[in-house]
Amino acid sequence: MRREYTNAGSTLTLSAPASPARKGRPKKGNGMKTMRGYTGAAALALLVLIWYLATGPFELVRSVKFPSIPDAYAALTYLIQPGYAGATLLQHIGSSLGLVLLGFAVAILTGIPLGILMGWSKKADAFLNPIFQLIRPIAPIAWIPLTILWFGLGMSAKVFVIWLAAFSPALINTHTGIRNVSAVLMEAAKVHGASSRRLLWSIAIPSALPQIFTGLRMSLQACWMVLVAAELVGSFMGLGHILIVATRDLDSGMIFVAMACIAILGVLMSVLLGAIERRVIPWRR
Amino acid sequence: MAAINGGKGGDDALERYILPVLGIASLFAVWALASGSGWVSTKFLPGPGAVLAEIAKLTQEPYAGSLLQTHLLASLQKFLASFVLGAVVGVPLGLLMGRFRPMDKLIGPLFEGLRFIPPIAWVPFSILWLGTGFMAPVLVIFAGVFSSCVVNAYSGAKLADKAVLEAAQTLGAGRWITLTEVLIPAALPQIVAGLRIGAGFGWQSLIGAELIVGSTGLGYLIIQGESNLTSTVVIAGMVAIGVVGAAIDYVMRRIEGRIRRNWGK
Repeated sequence: MRREYTNAGSTLTLSAPASPARKGRPKKGNGMKTMRGYTGAAALALLVLIWYLATGPFELVRSVKFPSIPDAYAALTYLIQPGYAGATLLQHIGSSLGLVLLGFAVAILTGIPLGILMGWSKKADAFLNPIFQLIRPIAPIAWIPLTILWFGLGMSAKVFVIWLAAFSPALINTHTGIRNVSAVLMEAAKVHGASSRRLLWSIAIPSALPQIFTGLRMSLQACWMVLVAAELVGSFMGLGHILIVATRDLDSGMIFVAMACIAILGVLMSVLLGAIERRVIPWRR
Repeated sequence: MAAINGGKGGDDALERYILPVLGIASLFAVWALASGSGWVSTKFLPGPGAVLAEIAKLTQEPYAGSLLQTHLLASLQKFLASFVLGAVVGVPLGLLMGRFRPMDKLIGPLFEGLRFIPPIAWVPFSILWLGTGFMAPVLVIFAGVFSSCVVNAYSGAKLADKAVLEAAQTLGAGRWITLTEVLIPAALPQIVAGLRIGAGFGWQSLIGAELIVGSTGLGYLIIQGESNLTSTVVIAGMVAIGVVGAAIDYVMRRIEGRIRRNWGK
């Protein structure tokens, strides 16, 4: 992304942010990364300032609707030390992360091989794809009540829905990835006498890897969303559990802290997956 | 599509008709067998016939306060209201961010942070801000629709041909004309793709929100079925959710296809 222009007074232009007249002057040097850091920090500072003013001195927002900064801080420290909704913050995070990673792992182990099979064999595709297409429109979240009936409110119900949510993006993208392997490449390998096993392992799978990782990124996002939903509907622990208990207590500070944790962990997981992707596909970048 | 495994002409009928039918048939067969043979208790997994009968019954007798079609309509209403809201706010914001750098720099980082909050996590604030009535899921669906509208309108505006934009400006097009006559048409395919993705997210988020809060809608129907331990109602509701989800996706894809065709020439 190119960002060559600077806008030194970005915090001051809020009242007329759409004004194209303030395009700023072109500036050279000063790497674009640091520039992005500056504006990002400035935007964040502005947001915190608005938050402070609206909930603090001006009292525009009542603390039942949205917490003030001290409220949020108090909720965070309370959550860390004595704990809230039955456990401390670290225990809630551990529970949520454990479930997501387990469901995600199971989805990888089932979705990718099945996607490879369906991409590789037209017969398997013809047989399995209609089944998959029939079930797929049912949103994974809509499975939550049925899984509660089947498995109760414990871990297995959540792992099952997380697996269900993560499964389709992993499968679809693996399938397309294998299907779209360059025919020229395949023919060339065939001409040089590659066995069909080598074709799969040395040509098809490596060239499908970028698409597979695209699928995994979507899977991870779906996992996180469904986990929160499942914990909101019924659970004993986890970040979603904090959210629902805090809603009953009308504790906006606690809601805010739990949402922030959910967002931060979501970012961390996708960063981690990006790092793994770069490791596994070093030739792409 | 390039046939990787060198399918022969004779396999055509097999792959096109026989295997797909066999696939669907075996799904229903396994389902019917699992519940019919007593391998899985019908309490947990009623057979396809029982579910069909339940759907028919739900359209006649109210469950969880209303008939199936009333629940469906309630869900659709909430969905449409919030979808329009999300699109009306999201698309212009995305275009502005893509077109004007100050806007991008100011809002971009905040937006990036918000995007990582799953829409469903907005349920608590939605309840605190909008109450537990009809409006309760609105914020949740909005969050689902809004972000994919912004992201796609943004990249549509970014990818718009700079030369064409500058040509329009050189020829004396004002800011408004440039926006409506050049930028929006150029970004339209991308915008519609965003609307389609957002619709999918929105529908799923709505169901999630209805599981937790509210007293109408398909999500409410299935969670009530769950607490009454009637799995037939749960699965019947899931079928309805799937049908509506597929219908929404189909309509959006048709619109997207038409626009892409018109733009392709």
